[in-house]
Amino acid sequence: MNELYQLLTGPMLWLTFFVFTFGTLYKLLSILVLTIQKEPFIMSVFSFKYGMRSILSWMTPFKPVSMKKHPVLSSVIYVFHICLFIAPLFLMAHITLLDESWGLVWPSLSDSLIDYLTLIVLACCLFYFIRRLTQKEVNYLTSQSDYILLAIVALPFFTGLMAYHQWFAYGFFLNLHILSGEIMLMAIPFTRLSHMIISPLTRAYMGSEFGEIRHAKDW
Amino acid sequence: MSEQVNKIVDKGLDQGVINLTQERIEKAINQVLNKEAGARLKSYVETCVHCGMCSEACHVYLSKDKDPIYSPAGKVKRTLSEMIQKKGKVSPEFIREASIIASTECNLCKRCAMYCPFGIDVAYLLLLVRRICHLCGVTPLYIQDTAHSHSVTMNQMWVKDDEWIDTLQWQEEEAQAEIPNLRIPLEKEGADIMYSVIGPEPKFQAHLIYYMSVIMKAAGIDWTMPATPGWDNSDMAMYTGDNEIMGRVKRMHFDTAARLKVNRIIMGECGHAFRSVHDMGNRWLGYKLPPIPVIHAIEFYHELLSSGKIKIKDQYDKKVTLHDPCNVIRGRGLGELSRKVVNTLCSNFVEMTPNREHNYCCNAGGGVINTGPPFKNKRVLSNRIKAEQMAATGADVVISPCHNCHSGLEDIVHHYKLNMEVKFIGEIIYNHMEKPTA
Ligand code: SF4
Ligand code: SF4
Repeated sequence: MNELYQLLTGPMLWLTFFVFTFGTLYKLLSILVLTIQKEPFIMSVFSFKYGMRSILSWMTPFKPVSMKKHPVLSSVIYVFHICLFIAPLFLMAHITLLDESWGLVWPSLSDSLIDYLTLIVLACCLFYFIRRLTQKEVNYLTSQSDYILLAIVALPFFTGLMAYHQWFAYGFFLNLHILSGEIMLMAIPFTRLSHMIISPLTRAYMGSEFGEIRHAKDW
Repeated sequence: MSEQVNKIVDKGLDQGVINLTQERIEKAINQVLNKEAGARLKSYVETCVHCGMCSEACHVYLSKDKDPIYSPAGKVKRTLSEMIQKKGKVSPEFIREASIIASTECNLCKRCAMYCPFGIDVAYLLLLVRRICHLCGVTPLYIQDTAHSHSVTMNQMWVKDDEWIDTLQWQEEEAQAEIPNLRIPLEKEGADIMYSVIGPEPKFQAHLIYYMSVIMKAAGIDWTMPATPGWDNSDMAMYTGDNEIMGRVKRMHFDTAARLKVNRIIMGECGHAFRSVHDMGNRWLGYKLPPIPVIHAIEFYHELLSSGKIKIKDQYDKKVTLHDPCNVIRGRGLGELSRKVVNTLCSNFVEMTPNREHNYCCNAGGGVINTGPPFKNKRVLSNRIKAEQMAATGADVVISPCHNCHSGLEDIVHHYKLNMEVKFIGEIIYNHMEKPTA
């Protein structure tokens, strides 16, 4: 068990950061190259002002009509994404690890609060899962890979919860927690989780089209 | 669904499929997806999280009892995703079906781009499907015929060069009965404005040219119309995925205006023609915006009314509502101007909801009405939501400043027995303006 822990927190962690960083750069670069090669007009349309206008409008709760049409889903999406970032980034245990290896420190949140945030993330995942199963229009679009992605996202939180409370086999869940977290990070650039990287670009592009060319709102 | 659709007989599709080989399909798909398309295709396909939020945007989905196959992302799943997954190895029958989906179940209205949190442009993706079907030679017959007409005559309706001039002179004579010295100036080099219309105007609705000539006369505008090909601003090739012809047609239009040395082009009440000069055709030719300013009729009317060049003698008093054509409202933001114009002309205006950018499409646009009689029934049935939206206003008249919308709404009014008239703005101006006597 200990060897596995060493492996996961040593070479595997480096691999994860490598794959995540270079995967993300590769993804961005390939989009940029494709744009310049094949659709250079996009560059002429792109507008910082209207791109930001669109992104900010879509970040404002319930400003877009689409959000008003899906009040429950939109609220879940909001809460989910906020907790998804806050929970791992402000967990004392994570920060301590970073401090030990790289001397990076920032304030942490209390463990019990993170505990709640983790539960919220899991509840949201359950909501997504049920929604995929029961909502006709979502179910129709859903393929196996959507469930796998959901599992990839949920697993680090679930195992983190188990490990933190030391329920059942602590060592097993701790290692699984680290592994699943690494899998999630590595999956981001190469799966639909890449919406984390690409969606600001697509949104900004549509915002520019609407603001610059179409003189209309896109929310 | 496929059973029902397969019953539709369309020679363009049926014959196209017979001629189609596996090799040609793969070549077409490869050409479009790997050679022509780029960053947008990649980002959209790899980013879509299958959340279904775009569904609520689509009038086809809403009208078809929320059947998920008609949602924007659902239509991508049934066409493009399958082609990508199978690396182009799809059957001729599949291409036929894809052509029907892309050409008759989506109006390329881009409403869904406003409902997807990532701004994924399903209209663009389905246009790629149309392009693939075009390269496969599987396009619905009626719209293909208009594209052929564009390529042969540079207008949409097989109007011959002499017929065009003849029609203008005929309308000039008609108008002279009302205003003796009215002219429809042809080929006047250096005029301020070149007025252009869509092919169906001289063919079926020549009186609209008459109305415009009276408006031009009353406003004292220095204008001209070309006597040569290039007079037609419409572009159905844009909707069949025949980008090469689209480019030729647009170039001819812009070149004609340049030859006449006009300052700007004013175009009649048409939406798709505006899209072709402001969004698609111009970009194919490498222009961010049209090389010569092109002003849509709504903006032109607003200019004439607000400057007092046209005066209204009595307001139209029937209860009117206003349809927002996608291509000039979501496509050019003319929603406020069209309201100002309508409020100047009419005393009893009610909004339909949702409106402006969020308005429901007429279901005729994007070339769907041009697929003709084989798909008419399906088209009308897939826009029940529009009928409900219009009925809820209780208006007697729906004003639609776009030709495609106009025809599409008439079909809907007829089918759902709405007892409404559909009118262009120009008609109302003509009937309620102060006219010159000489
Ligand atoms: S572009 Fe319009 S018609 Fe096409 S899928 Fe989107 S909302 Fe529906
Ligand atoms: S196109 Fe956008 S709204 Fe529609 S399913 Fe994909 S991500 Fe969701």
